[in-house]
Amino acid sequence: MNGSFFVNGKKEEWSFAPDAVLLDVLRNNGYTEVHRGCGEGECGACAVILEGRLVNSCQVFAASAAGQKITTVAGIGSIHSPHPIQQAFVEAGAIQCGFCTPAMILAVFCLLQKTPNPADEEIRKALDGNMCRCTGYVKIFEAVRLAARRMSSNE
Amino acid sequence: MNEFSVVGKPVLKVDSLSLACGSAFFTADFGVKDPLYIAFFYSPHAHAEIKAIDDSSALAMKGVVDVFHSGNTSSGLFTTAGQGYPEPSPYDTRLFNKTVRYAGDIVGAVLAESEKTARAAARAVAVEYTLLPPLFDPEKAMEGDAPRIHDGDEYAPLPVAYRPEQNIAGEVLFSFGNVEKGFAEADFIEEETYNTHCTSHCAMEPHAAAAAFDEHGRLVIYSTTQVPFHARRIVSMTTGIPLHRIRVVKPRIGGGFGSKQEVILEPYVALAAWKHKRNVRAELTRREVFTTVRTRHAMRVRIRSGFKKDGTITALQMDDLMNTGAYGAHALTVLSNAASKVLPMFNKIPNMAFTGHAVYTTLPVGGAYRGYGATQGYFAFNQHVDAICRKIGADFVEYVKKWHIREGETSEVFRAIGEGTEGVSQIVRSCKLNECLDRGAEEIRWKELRGKQIRSGSVVKGVGAAVSMQGSGIAMVDMGSASMKMNDDGSFNLFAGATDIGTGSDTILSQIAAETLGVPVEMIVILSSDTDLTPFDTGAYASSTTYISGQAVLRCAEKVGDQILSAASSMKGIPVGDLSLGKGGKVINSADGSEIPFSEIACYSMYSRNQFQIQAQASFFGEESPPPFMAHFAEVEVDMETGRVRVVKFVSAGDCGQPINPALALGQIEGATLNGISYALTEQYLFDAKGKMTNNSFWDYKIYGSLDIPEIKAILADSSEPSGPYGAKSISEIGINGPAPAIANAIFDAVGIRLRELPMTPEKVLAAIKAGR
Repeated sequence: MNGSFFVNGKKEEWSFAPDAVLLDVLRNNGYTEVHRGCGEGECGACAVILEGRLVNSCQVFAASAAGQKITTVAGIGSIHSPHPIQQAFVEAGAIQCGFCTPAMILAVFCLLQKTPNPADEEIRKALDGNMCRCTGYVKIFEAVRLAARRMSSNE
Repeated sequence: MNEFSVVGKPVLKVDSLSLACGSAFFTADFGVKDPLYIAFFYSPHAHAEIKAIDDSSALAMKGVVDVFHSGNTSSGLFTTAGQGYPEPSPYDTRLFNKTVRYAGDIVGAVLAESEKTARAAARAVAVEYTLLPPLFDPEKAMEGDAPRIHDGDEYAPLPVAYRPEQNIAGEVLFSFGNVEKGFAEADFIEEETYNTHCTSHCAMEPHAAAAAFDEHGRLVIYSTTQVPFHARRIVSMTTGIPLHRIRVVKPRIGGGFGSKQEVILEPYVALAAWKHKRNVRAELTRREVFTTVRTRHAMRVRIRSGFKKDGTITALQMDDLMNTGAYGAHALTVLSNAASKVLPMFNKIPNMAFTGHAVYTTLPVGGAYRGYGATQGYFAFNQHVDAICRKIGADFVEYVKKWHIREGETSEVFRAIGEGTEGVSQIVRSCKLNECLDRGAEEIRWKELRGKQIRSGSVVKGVGAAVSMQGSGIAMVDMGSASMKMNDDGSFNLFAGATDIGTGSDTILSQIAAETLGVPVEMIVILSSDTDLTPFDTGAYASSTTYISGQAVLRCAEKVGDQILSAASSMKGIPVGDLSLGKGGKVINSADGSEIPFSEIACYSMYSRNQFQIQAQASFFGEESPPPFMAHFAEVEVDMETGRVRVVKFVSAGDCGQPINPALALGQIEGATLNGISYALTEQYLFDAKGKMTNNSFWDYKIYGSLDIPEIKAILADSSEPSGPYGAKSISEIGINGPAPAIANAIFDAVGIRLRELPMTPEKVLAAIKAGR
C-alpha cells in the first residue's frame, strides 16, 4: 500500500506492506537514525515523535501513521546546526555508544516542551522508556538539566 | 604536577555530535545495494544429533535463494572467540554442527530476497533430531557417567589442558608455598561457597553484519565487532575466502561489553555472499541475542582460608568450577582471570593454591563479558574478606589497607598464571587503592553508617565495601599499532587499529596524539578499525586500548614530531638541536625564540625540495599489564518483610593512573557500576526443564533503567602509571567487579544475612532472612 508522511517537515510518498511497522518503513527509506534495539516496544531506541507524542516506532503500523507528522532526531537539529539538547548531550558526556541517544534526545525534547524545568523525578520518569546500557544515566541526567537551563534562559 | 595541554582534560568525545544528530552510521545503517538476507534456524533441544534436514519447503518458497546446514555445507573446527592466534579457546565448533548442544544452537541459515521471507523460510525447514541426554548441572559434568558433550575431533590449538572426554574445556592449576602448613598455623579457618550466574551483555545494538562486494569483487564486511582483525582472520579460516579478498570495516558500534568479541555473524554473511556473488545482510533480533549469542560465564567459587587472630592470612585455597556452556569460547581465559585478577590483591599470603575447571554443559555459551572472570571471583573474595574481618573484629576498609598489594610490590600470582598458561611477573608501579578507600568511605559515610542497622519500619540500612583490580591489556600478547601523516595545514591523519565500541577510544587516542605534537585535538583526524586502511590491533578487549593502543599512538606521534623537527631544520638551516615542538602547532627555535608554524613545515616537505611525506608508524605490545584498582561502596536498604534490596547510593573510587579524559573515565565507571548493580539484583537467565531460556526479552529480563538507579558517585584517584601513555592505565572493565560483593556485604551489615548466590532477588533475600532467624 501507499501513504504519505511528513517526516522532519518533508513530504514523503512511500509504498509499504500493510503490516509494516513505522520503524522499518522509516529505516528502509533512509531514516537510519531511528534504531532497532529490541523490536518489542521495550528499549525505546526506535522512538520518534508522531504528531507531538513520543512513540516507539516498532509498535506503530506505518499504515496508521500515514498522513501524519513524524519527527526524528535529525528533525530537531543537524551536525551543522545542533539543537541545544543535542549540544547538551555532547557537552555533558552523556553519549558513549550513542545507539540509544537519538531516541533519548527526542524523549528529552518532549519532556522539556511540557516541563521546561523538570525536577529530577520528572526526568527519571520521562526517560523510563529509553534504555541505556553504557552510561549509568548519570551524565544523561546532567545533560537534561544543562539543556533545560539553557533553553529556559535562552543561553 | 603534570602540565598537560590536552591529556587530562574533558575533551568532547569526537564522535558524539554525529551520534546526537543521527548522522553516525551503525552496521545496520549502511545502504548495501540489493542485498540478500540471512535468517537462522536453531535447535529447540539442549542436546541432540541432527538426523535429517528437509529444506524442500523452504527452498520452494518464493524469494528463497539457498539454505545452508550441516547436510550441505562443511566447515573446519574453529572458535568464535575473537582472540589472538592461535586462540587459547578450543576449536570445538563448526559453522553448522551435526550435533546441537544448547537450545538456541545454530542449525542452519536461510538466504532470501527479503528478511521477512528468510525468517518465514527458516521456520519452514524441518529438522529431525535424535535426542541426546542433556547436561545442565556443571557440578556433575566431570563425573564418569555424565553425558559427553564433545566427543569428536575437537582440539585446543595451544598446548593447554583440554579434556573433552571429561567435559573439561579448560583447566587452571597453580600453587605456591605450602597450603597445608599454612592451614596448620592458622587460628581460624573460614570456608564458603559462592555461585554466580550467567547474564546477557544487553548492548543496545543487536549483532549485525553485512557483506558487500566492492568494484573489484573484494568482500567488504561491515560488522558490529570489537575485533575487526580477528574477524577477518576467522572469516577467511572458516570460509576459505583468501584473507586478502576480505576487508572488515567497523562502523559506530552500539556497545559491546565483550559480546562483540565473538565472531558469530561474519562467517555466515561472507559464506553466503561469496557463494552467490550477491551482497548479504544479517541482523539478529533481541531474542536471538539473548538465546544464541553469549553470556557471562556462571561460576561456582569455593574459597577457604586460614588466618590468625590478628588477621594474618596463612593460607588461601580457591576452587572454581565454571560453566562454559555448549562451547568453550573464552573458557580457559575467563577461568584464569578469576584467579589472576583477584588473588594478587592480597599478595602477602605465603601459601596459596588454585584449582579451576571450565566444564561443558548443554546451556548457552559463555563468552567475554566486562570483568572477564574477575567479577565472579571478586563476588566471593570480598565477602570472604568481610567474613574474616567480622570474625576478628576488624574494619573492612582498614583491613584491606593493611594487606593489599602496594606500589613496588609483586605477587606470586602474576607469575603463576596468565591467560591460561604461565603468567608474566610484574611489579605494581602505581596503586592508589588507599586513597580510593578513604575517599570512597567518606563519600558513603562509612563510619556513620557501618554496623548501625538504622531501621525505619521494616526497612534496615547497611553499608558494604569491596575492592578490585583488573589489568591493562594482556602482557606479552596484545599489540596495537598506529600510523600518522601530516597535511598541508599542519593537521594530522591518525590511523589506528584500535576499535572504539562506544568507549571513547577514538577520542582518547586523538588526545594522546595531540598532546605529543602540541596541537589542539581538532587537528587530529582519526580513522580507526578498517582492515584495509589502518594497521593491526588485537581489538577492544582486556582493558587494553588506552594502555596498549595509546602507547602505539604516542610512539607514532613522537616519530612524526622528530620528522617535523628535522624538516624544519633543513628548511631554515638551523641545527635540529636548537629546535623543539611548541604548543599550538609550531616549532620553536631556542636560539632566538622564533617560531615556525607546522603548516609551513608541512608545505616545505611536500612541495619544495627533497620532497617527502611526514609520516610514521609504530606498534606497541605490553610487557606488563598494570592493574587499575577500585574501591566500591554500597549503601542499601533491606526490607525485612519483602526481601527487597534497594541500593540507595553507590560509590566507585578508582585508580586508572592519569585519566586521559576524566569525563570519559568517569562515564566508564558509572556505566559499569550500574551494569554491576543490575547484575547483582535482577538480571538472570531463566530456563525451562529442557534448557530453553524462557525470558529472552527486555520485558522479562530486567536491566536497570532511569527509575531504578541509585545515586551513583564515581571518583578518580590522583595517580600516574610510569609504564603507561602519559601515565594512563585502564578503566573500562573494573567498575563492574564491585557492586555484587559490596551490596552483599551491605546486606550482611544491615540484616546479618549472607547472600552467596546471585542474583540477590527478593525471594532469595527473604528466604535467607527467614532461615537465618
